[in-house]
Amino acid sequence: MAYLRAFGAYLPSRVVDNREIAAATGTDAEYILRASGIEQRRFAAPDESVRSLGIHAARNCLENAGLAARDIGLLLVSSSSAEHRFPGPASAIGAGLGVQGVPAIDLPIASAGSLFGMALAAHLSPVYGNVLVVASEVMSRVVKCHPAHRDTAVLFGDGAGACLVSSATGFAEIRDSLLASDGDFAAALRLDLDAPLYMDGRTIILQAARKIPRVIVELLERNRVKPWAVDAFLVHQANLNLITRVAQALAVPEDRFFRNIQRYGNTSSASLLIAAAEWSQQHPSPAAGPLIFAAFGAGLHWGALLATPQSFGPPL
Amino acid sequence: MTKQAKIIEIVEKLSGKPLAVGPDESLFESEVLDSFALTDMVGALEKEFSIRIPDSDLTPRKFDSIARIEAYIESRS
Repeated sequence: MAYLRAFGAYLPSRVVDNREIAAATGTDAEYILRASGIEQRRFAAPDESVRSLGIHAARNCLENAGLAARDIGLLLVSSSSAEHRFPGPASAIGAGLGVQGVPAIDLPIASAGSLFGMALAAHLSPVYGNVLVVASEVMSRVVKCHPAHRDTAVLFGDGAGACLVSSATGFAEIRDSLLASDGDFAAALRLDLDAPLYMDGRTIILQAARKIPRVIVELLERNRVKPWAVDAFLVHQANLNLITRVAQALAVPEDRFFRNIQRYGNTSSASLLIAAAEWSQQHPSPAAGPLIFAAFGAGLHWGALLATPQSFGPPL
Repeated sequence: MTKQAKIIEIVEKLSGKPLAVGPDESLFESEVLDSFALTDMVGALEKEFSIRIPDSDLTPRKFDSIARIEAYIESRS
């Protein structure tokens, strides 16, 4: 069995509001808000990196878990904005935490990376014990603040999140997960070498609006849980309008979906864990009902994960 | 009602105004539909024409104009 033990997050201090990003990209601040729900985002300082943000989030998560870095058996790091083709940031984050020797695996699969990491951690924790999943992104350096790229530049922000998956104990048991990939649409959202991030927004929205609700429904149905019984939906924060569409498709109140995209923008793979960390802070008591985590992004990769509190009953 | 008339009715309902572009003009470039209205339109087309549009066909190009939508619906009928 595997349990969710704690979450953590780190956001750079510099706040970039819509007025500032609109001026830099030749667009309209009100349009950004209307099209995405984003009011502001954070940008990393010049001396910050995927590594440094990830280390901060990891330490915050370990502190929330009441564990030391030496208690980690495996480190999984998701990032789509790493500074090097290789090595990825996983081993550097491990070294920064002082856990040299602990296996550290990179998951360079963008927005769905942290969800994939959590699902893999659930399967691997019986072998490795405490698995720390870190997602760290400096998206401000892979988009271009230029009118020609304004549709993507206004959406993204920087930040990092972390999740501790334990084989021993936690506030919720990871019951099941469902992951999927489809390379037919790989070109629709990509970061080529020496080019800014490219996104065919219409294709991505079309695909996401269908795939996210469907994977959640499939996961819930096979675990005999109704969408209305889910306590909280913690999902990748890509676009507020998309989250609204997913809630409508599932016929659940929108306020069951935790949302913080207004303050941080789309932080790619970090967004799911930043949202989970903030949700966890705001809900210190154990969840009363099932939790759904879901993400969708470049690849295409998407999926969902179901966790239930210990009080929810025996395994289904 | 013809297929095209039904498609125009769906587009006008989603955009909230009478259609002011020709059948071959882009519904996106002319700002008749945005990304989310496109998503809603796909669902409305499935319902109206009793078809299932597979994920592999979910590309904006197939739904970029009234003529393209009509051709697609024809191909699925």
